[in-house]
Amino acid sequence: MIDKKEKSLVVIQLSGGNDAMNTLVPYTNGIYHDSRSAIHLTEDKIIDIDGSLGFHPEMGEIKKLWDQNKVAVINGIGYPVPNRSHFRSMDIWHTAESETIAADGWLGRTIREIDPKHKNVVTAVNFGRGLPRALVCKDVPVASVGDLNTYGLMPDIKGSVQRENALNYFSRMYGPNQGRDAILNTLSENGVSAMTGVDILSDANSKYSSSVEYADNPISNNLKDIAKVIFANIGTKIYYAQQGSFDTHAGELFNHAKLWKDLSDALGDFFEDLREHDKENDVTVLLFSEFGRRIEDNGSGTDHGSGGVAFVLGGSVKGGFYGELPSLELSEQVEGDMKYNNDFRGTYATLLDQWLGIDSVPILGKNYEQHNFINTGI
Amino acid sequence: MSNNEILLMAHLMRRVGFGSTKDELNKYVKKGYDNQVDEILDLEPNYEVSNHMINRYQPDYESPMGSSANGATWLYRMVWSDFPFKEKISLFWHGIFATGYAKLANGYVLADQIRMFSKYGLGNYQDLLLHLSKDPAMIIWLDNCESHKGAINENYGRELLELFSMGTGNYTEKDIKEAARAFTGWTIANKDYMTAKSQRDSVWPYGRLAMHFEYKEDDHDGDEKTFLGETGKFNGEDIIEIICKQKATAKFISRHIYSFFVEDEPPVPEWPYKEPNNPEAIEALSEVYFDKGYNIKEMLRFLFKSKFFKSEKVWNKRVKSPIELVAGTLRITKEFSRPDKQQSLTNSHTQFMGQHAMNPPSVEGWHWGTEWLDSGTVVERVNFSSSKLGNVNNLGIRRIIDNIKSNISNQFTPEFLIEIVLEELGAIIVSKTTKDTLNDFVKSKIDSEKALTDDNLSEFLQLVGAMPEYQRT
Repeated sequence: MIDKKEKSLVVIQLSGGNDAMNTLVPYTNGIYHDSRSAIHLTEDKIIDIDGSLGFHPEMGEIKKLWDQNKVAVINGIGYPVPNRSHFRSMDIWHTAESETIAADGWLGRTIREIDPKHKNVVTAVNFGRGLPRALVCKDVPVASVGDLNTYGLMPDIKGSVQRENALNYFSRMYGPNQGRDAILNTLSENGVSAMTGVDILSDANSKYSSSVEYADNPISNNLKDIAKVIFANIGTKIYYAQQGSFDTHAGELFNHAKLWKDLSDALGDFFEDLREHDKENDVTVLLFSEFGRRIEDNGSGTDHGSGGVAFVLGGSVKGGFYGELPSLELSEQVEGDMKYNNDFRGTYATLLDQWLGIDSVPILGKNYEQHNFINTGI
Repeated sequence: MSNNEILLMAHLMRRVGFGSTKDELNKYVKKGYDNQVDEILDLEPNYEVSNHMINRYQPDYESPMGSSANGATWLYRMVWSDFPFKEKISLFWHGIFATGYAKLANGYVLADQIRMFSKYGLGNYQDLLLHLSKDPAMIIWLDNCESHKGAINENYGRELLELFSMGTGNYTEKDIKEAARAFTGWTIANKDYMTAKSQRDSVWPYGRLAMHFEYKEDDHDGDEKTFLGETGKFNGEDIIEIICKQKATAKFISRHIYSFFVEDEPPVPEWPYKEPNNPEAIEALSEVYFDKGYNIKEMLRFLFKSKFFKSEKVWNKRVKSPIELVAGTLRITKEFSRPDKQQSLTNSHTQFMGQHAMNPPSVEGWHWGTEWLDSGTVVERVNFSSSKLGNVNNLGIRRIIDNIKSNISNQFTPEFLIEIVLEELGAIIVSKTTKDTLNDFVKSKIDSEKALTDDNLSEFLQLVGAMPEYQRT
């Protein structure tokens, strides 16, 4: 059995709507080539998977993981009544609520379950500025880190002695003092836990050592920072990062390739790093996007669509295809888009119940049909 | 002028706007407190940030792919207007009638709604609710366009009563349904096309379009309704008239005003279970509401001149909302003179701190007060204010440093330096602990006039930006 205490989940949001058809390419399907006259990927470049489907040419590192049986591809993922607004659709994925506007996020609710008394200020760490709604939940603290190397309070103060002094003054101003009111109480409580979080995370940064050399781009930096925090063993269960923008209305061939190259290479390095630190089986990564894109291209890119593809990667993942590949036949399309056939909340439920060992029903509101992409036998 | 007059004026200016600098405070105090209140309420601004200016830098300012450009231009107005009171009023109503991009995917109608708040937000509450009920953004946000004769959607009827006027516990489920019936037929013109277009969320091929209110007589349920004990063939206007007569409405709106302008009240969902901080003040405001014909401006005039508003007990008894923190800081630093790209990027800091204008977390809007603060947002808030105040290249900070140097020439002491800086930043009051801490810093670093270097002052200002008092208003 997996000891679920050691397990963590890394969620990477592909912002802007990733084009599923140019990610997992049905390259032997005539409809693909017909509808993608401007931006189809050619057979000689596609990384073949099974003679009919192939990965985007820049996904070589992900293909290597696939060959090791560590990649679950979830086809046809979506939700009923697709919404093609970035904001609304992302909101639906974040809150796991497709009908009403919900205030809190599915991961925020998960953190509350894991650490109801918020004893650990770094149960979840977001890499990026500002919390995505997925991580928002009342009374749930989440650290947001732009860059672990510079993360801290008053980062503009130069020089380590000066910084240490400044932090001492900060802790005096926020520390216990007399005549406090509710506002000062809250400020001081959170000021102190912010300092604690900063301390713990800076420590994670300084202790890191690895032979893996990551590229220098935002998603590589984020995954490297995530690796640092994982290796520091500070009880973080949820990591969040974003890659984008996948909103490829124009110039898709070039932009989409660059986005996937950076992401795929970064994931390759990240998993190598995990292996080197013997953590490969303790980390599962989810890649998701708010929607897929239109089947037919618009001359240089694609417009917003529905029905997308998600990926779950990791040493404890049972690789393979999940969900069904949506048919491209005109009669099966929804307003020119691929039709979804499995609810994204089934994937969330699988990750919660089978991976993190947390009852998914209170978090998602009800039972969703789960996949079996987690290898529970290790 | 006495120090107390300055401190009181500073309190007023923090509440009606985003704070004032020392020079501004001196000018206002000379006018007299009551005159200043009347001017704020009665004068029309003589300079408004023009749309043309904003258009030059942000051609898509009302039709962005996201809500950010809207928020950025609004922030620009808050920072550069001579008269930020108008923006503050819009911000007040946006907090209550919170409407968001996530569902609308249309920047025009949100910008229109904010303009509507600044135009009608100081008038009669009945009027404001009427404009709100006809506001296209609101009609979509709360699904009134999905409410039809014989097939009502209760959403708007419910929130009108729960969030916009009376608060829970003052009406029945039946009243909600009757209100919803009365608002059938209140929709937007060309609805199917407009919503489909929003959902496509694309500026292609025709760009975005504004939306307009339309009343559809044939979709209106004209039958008899019984609402809050009154019976008649009510239309939406009648429902609003009945709502505005209610004592509960007077109290509810008074409590909102108190919470925004005087001191933080608990979040709205707790109101039915928790007494107001100051029940007499709410009572008094409710009386003005009825005496002055539901007039918001007159309620505010009464409030700003009241003992409970002027009382030292409520000074700094609010947590700055992220927008207040960012706008107030940028008014001090004066680092942007144009609504350019850098300025619009600054707007994203409010989002990092948990308040994305025009994209509220839910129909309830944001929870104010101490709920702004968690360990993540405190880092963002402290870092923002400390790095902005500590940047000696910012025009406003440069001027403050010059003032310090010219004032301090004869008698340098750490206490005097601290006093000047806190005054310049808008007469900030600090606790003994904070003062002692600042004092120790100055003693260790700036022991004489010669040590007033940019580097040292920058470090000092960063510490001032980081102090807990800076987070309060």
